[in-house]
Amino acid sequence: MRHILTATVMNEPGVLAHVANMFSARGFNIDSLVVGRTEDPNFSRMTIVVNADERTLDQVRKQLAKIVTVVKVRDYKETPYVSRDLMLIKLSAAANSRSEIIELAALFRGRVVDVGMSSLMVELSGEEEKLDAFVELVRPYGIRELARTGVIAMSRGGSSNAGTDDEIRIEQRPATARPVVRQPLSGKRQPSQQELEATPPG
Amino acid sequence: MSTSTSPIGAGANAPAAKTTSNSNATNAIGAPPSHRTSSIVVENIAKATEFTANGLPVLGRPTGKTDRYNGMTGAQILLQMLLEHGVTDAFGYPGGAILPTFDQLYEKQLNFILVRHEQGAGHMADGYARATGKPGIVIVTSGPGATNTVTPLATAYMDSIPMIVFSGQVRSYLIGNDAFQEADVTGITRPVTKRNYLVKNVRDLPRIINEAFIIATTGRPGPVLVDLPVDVTTGKIEDAVDDTPYLPGYKIYKAGHSKMVKAAADLINASERPVLYVGGGVILSQAWPHVREIARKGNIPTTTTLLGLGAFDENSPLSLHMLGMHGSAYANYAVQESDCLIAVGARFDDRVTGNLKLFAPKAKIVHVDIDPSSISKNVKVDVPVVGDACLCLEEMLGYIEPRPRSSWLSQVARWKASFPFAYKDDTELSKPQAIIEAINKVTGGKAVFTTGVGQHQMWAAQFVRWSVPRSMITSGGLGTMGFGLPAAIGAQVGRPNDLVIDIDGDASYIMTAMELATMSQYNLPVKVAILNNRFQGMVRQWQQLFYKGRFSHSEMVNPDFAAMAESFGIRGLRCHRKQDLIQCVEEMVNHPGPCVVDFLCETDENVYPMVASGKGLHEMELGIVGCAAPNSDREMGTLA
Repeated sequence: MRHILTATVMNEPGVLAHVANMFSARGFNIDSLVVGRTEDPNFSRMTIVVNADERTLDQVRKQLAKIVTVVKVRDYKETPYVSRDLMLIKLSAAANSRSEIIELAALFRGRVVDVGMSSLMVELSGEEEKLDAFVELVRPYGIRELARTGVIAMSRGGSSNAGTDDEIRIEQRPATARPVVRQPLSGKRQPSQQELEATPPG
Repeated sequence: MSTSTSPIGAGANAPAAKTTSNSNATNAIGAPPSHRTSSIVVENIAKATEFTANGLPVLGRPTGKTDRYNGMTGAQILLQMLLEHGVTDAFGYPGGAILPTFDQLYEKQLNFILVRHEQGAGHMADGYARATGKPGIVIVTSGPGATNTVTPLATAYMDSIPMIVFSGQVRSYLIGNDAFQEADVTGITRPVTKRNYLVKNVRDLPRIINEAFIIATTGRPGPVLVDLPVDVTTGKIEDAVDDTPYLPGYKIYKAGHSKMVKAAADLINASERPVLYVGGGVILSQAWPHVREIARKGNIPTTTTLLGLGAFDENSPLSLHMLGMHGSAYANYAVQESDCLIAVGARFDDRVTGNLKLFAPKAKIVHVDIDPSSISKNVKVDVPVVGDACLCLEEMLGYIEPRPRSSWLSQVARWKASFPFAYKDDTELSKPQAIIEAINKVTGGKAVFTTGVGQHQMWAAQFVRWSVPRSMITSGGLGTMGFGLPAAIGAQVGRPNDLVIDIDGDASYIMTAMELATMSQYNLPVKVAILNNRFQGMVRQWQQLFYKGRFSHSEMVNPDFAAMAESFGIRGLRCHRKQDLIQCVEEMVNHPGPCVVDFLCETDENVYPMVASGKGLHEMELGIVGCAAPNSDREMGTLA
């Protein structure tokens, strides 16, 4: 199963290497790992997407928390959250197909950020599935370059404490975890029929 | 050359070894284990009891913004802070990039032990830490000096041993330029240290040294490395710096969650066939009096891991001795039959559990451990208690109800009677087990023992009657051959008045034998008993059992160990005849200085019981151990 974890880490050299190394040393699979600054220059925030069963996820969390330079670990297993991925995509766009692409980008709330004689660059953010859907739609035009940041995530509501690394609490959590509730993005449009069709099943 | 003269009378500094049997498994809480009759006294290390608002222990000297370091160089600060943190001894080897620090050591405020190879320094510091409970300190140079400490760091990391390595590094502006004797030491050691630092500015040094000591010694202890570029050790602090440790991501678990402690005690009280499974964490947290008292109060049979040996008194009828791959049959049967397994400071290592799917199938599992990541890592735990074993058990003890559990105890006693550790003394050469029994007999088990890794290590675990904590010093998790000799030297430095014996194998011993020169230089009265079977014994055993007897590169052609020792100025003895065994051991133990004895022993001897990989604990090969058991018991054993 796919899980999102975030880790607040001390902003110093070697921390990323330590975290990445821990994952490989213990045989955990990372889908994506994003590091960025936070409001406090002393700390960075990592968002890690892992493919793991319940038990492995528990180990990943604990092993992360064990690293001295990792300050706080949260998982989003039981918490409503917002996740976003950012993409820059450069497409082949001759004059005749340019307007179609611009239309598609607008449909996905993307922005055209660069236009060349035969190319066009679109910036698009959203949940991973939405970006995947866009990529499939524009593939026929010819993708010249594509870059994605990987997922960042944040819990909904005022609490920043959801899914904390309090081990005692975790240990006492009932064995049957509640299913993940993904709430619809409030105030945002629902995906169009076209998008839904283009989204690969699963 | 080797001599067989009569023992030289025990000199003033020769520890008196006495043969005393001790069946007192039930020391009262708080009282030190009662081994006053012997030379071995286990001193408790003061544990931090006061903590700051950040949860870090309060250091001996107040921290904060201070100008006390003004005008001092990094090297001067290092030495002064080592002394302030109570360091009295250190191990290491000089070299270009660490010379500023060595210049400070010239004044001999520290007892510095010059080793012959940095790996030796690491294992000495490790042995020192295991023998005393204090962190072991290593000072080495950059590049090869630092990389030579990787094996000791990994050894200490696997066994959770407090140790701090200070390594030199090239000047910080040269880092990354492939300078002479430069290596990415923090990169190389990151996976084998609890935390490591590259100090970029001398102003950070006081804080980092404070942090290093806290991290190495608290929580689940472990090794820390501090990399010191030359411009840091030569650089001066000119104005006030803050030396307050800053560890926002570090949590020290103290008392267990009281609800979980109570739940654990309820489970234990309700159980009919409980087993205490005690690991090295009990030694690290000094929880042995509590373990002994819980076992006594609840009549709970107790088994220890390799690293837990000494935490429980094996002379007690409640003792099941060691469990696991080469553990006792009765410990393994008891675990498999148990309805409540109480793991304390142990981590369900694969050498302990055998096939996980078959491990303790009938048992509810209580796990007391200070490291939350140990909980449910290998075995699903029913009641986890995260905290310091000492504090958790102290609280749990109040809830434990006295229960006779007589049918369980008599079952255990029957197993113990049927499947004792055994060997057949039917060869011309001594059996290795007989040598260890002789050492146990002469010393009464009252010595600090170290071992290498392999058959001799397992036999030492089986045939010494362990009763004193911190008396078994061995590389468990990493299984580092060559650990025995340097660890013994370190232990002797830490406990100069105790008898220290390295029970070693010929192959393990020669891996680090250059440290004989260190032993000789400082006249450390370490005794080395080499069980010389001219093979890497455990490799030979596996090749015999699983590789059709194709002994691929496991046979050793050894030097004359006694003559070799003599060449270092160390007493060297040979014991080639069975009938000289006791006399040789006595001669070794009574020799006032360092002494190496080459005990020639039988080659084709295997360690039993043995749980082959992939098998459950109850499916062990009993070998000779099963021969004494009546048929009915053997069946019972296999049914367990």
